[in-house]
Amino acid sequence: MSFFNRLRDHPYLLEVTYQVTEQVVNALQPLWRRMGYDRAEALFRTPEKIGKGAVFNCKMCGQCTLHYTGMTCPMSCPKNLRNGPCGGVRLGGYCEVDATMKCVWVEVFERSQKMKIYGDDIYQIQPPLNQQNMDRSAFMNIAFMKSAEIPEAWKTETGLSHEQK
Amino acid sequence: MNKNRTNGRFESALRSGKFVVAAEISPPDSANPQDVLKAANILGPYADALNVTDGSGANCHISSVATCTILSNAGYEVIFQMSCRDRNRIAMQGELLGASALGLYNVLCITGDDVTTGDHPQAKRVFDMDSIQLIQTARIMRDDGIFLSGRKLSAKPTFFLGGADNPFVEPFEFRPYRLAKKIEAGAEFFQSQYCFDVGRLKSHMQKVCDLGLHEKSFILIGVGPLRSEKTAEFMRTKVPGVYIPDEIVERMRKTPSEKKREEGKKICAEIIQQIKEIKGVAGIHMMAYKQEESGAEILEMVGLTEKKKIE
Ligand code: SF4
Repeated sequence: MSFFNRLRDHPYLLEVTYQVTEQVVNALQPLWRRMGYDRAEALFRTPEKIGKGAVFNCKMCGQCTLHYTGMTCPMSCPKNLRNGPCGGVRLGGYCEVDATMKCVWVEVFERSQKMKIYGDDIYQIQPPLNQQNMDRSAFMNIAFMKSAEIPEAWKTETGLSHEQK
Repeated sequence: MNKNRTNGRFESALRSGKFVVAAEISPPDSANPQDVLKAANILGPYADALNVTDGSGANCHISSVATCTILSNAGYEVIFQMSCRDRNRIAMQGELLGASALGLYNVLCITGDDVTTGDHPQAKRVFDMDSIQLIQTARIMRDDGIFLSGRKLSAKPTFFLGGADNPFVEPFEFRPYRLAKKIEAGAEFFQSQYCFDVGRLKSHMQKVCDLGLHEKSFILIGVGPLRSEKTAEFMRTKVPGVYIPDEIVERMRKTPSEKKREEGKKICAEIIQQIKEIKGVAGIHMMAYKQEESGAEILEMVGLTEKKKIE
């Protein structure tokens, strides 16, 4: 098992790193604003692609959902499902489409159970992906509120109420 | 539980508390409406609703919405299935409006089998939205009278929204929560994948009831006859999401060939009898593709043959 695979099985470590990175990016808001979206995004895109690519097999959807999905990138799911597994998971938890690969959502669920900060976020409903954010830096999309550009009609407060969890 | 919005036969039957029967119809490969009606002939009269698949197994057929319209004009109550595999959000919202305008208010929103399982593996898979997002989109259109973009509709659609459930595949523990998410999004009924493992279903339903989900939705369990151990083997290896335990395949293998059909029906009837006893189950969903006669005979064996069609 490679180093990064082992890392993926320590979602707690990853969620802390994620939280810290997000806080740093947010703290530096004034700097990004001065640079402007285009330049800041161009600066972040490649490092983000390489870093998150190595650790999460990130597909650069530009609308990072990692902490909602057990610090596991749901875009590796061939159906790009962001709210849970399809009904076609094979015996032993393998993917319907690619029988050699574990279903992403089997891993998402297992890992979310080991998380302490964002573990319950798996119960939140994720809005349809904004396809315009594709191949852009998710951190800069967050900093510039681009990831808030979800469909008008979508209500962000949906998710399971607490007694259901 | 919400109020009866559609006053349709399916929703009303569920709300009446009786054990409901839905039956699956596979749209034919034909442009002749008579062929569509033929497909519904045998099981139609016994079903509270006919569930019309949308390119199931990613194979090409006459469209679900057209099949539904033909059947509904002939007096059947139908459930329009809509999968996320082939359309983006623009096409889906348009078709949802169209369905409601045609009087097709029961809508089952599903992810859909992958293109690689069907007869056009070279096709582009769309999956612009997933099933939960589709359910929520339909609910927003119905309740708020707007498109996802926020643009207003001049007349709101009517829907009774459903989703799929598969208690028989991993991640087992998450499956009840997936139902909860679908209910949160707007689903009010569920239809499950084929049940051949009643034990697994029981533990799933236990959790569903613990979460109180059976009080917020109606859950129909998928059933269907096996023809032989070969079909069982085919289904569990080639049809996405179907789990058949070894004991059942073994039971079919041990049965002499001339009795296999009977045995397959018997297994199905036994499973239905057990399902009827499980708390939280609202009915069954009969899937008997190309064995509609067997399907009807099974309903007879378990005493679910009250005639339902109103002309
Ligand atoms: S089995 Fe899992 S990874 Fe494969 S398509 Fe379904 S949800 Fe996605």
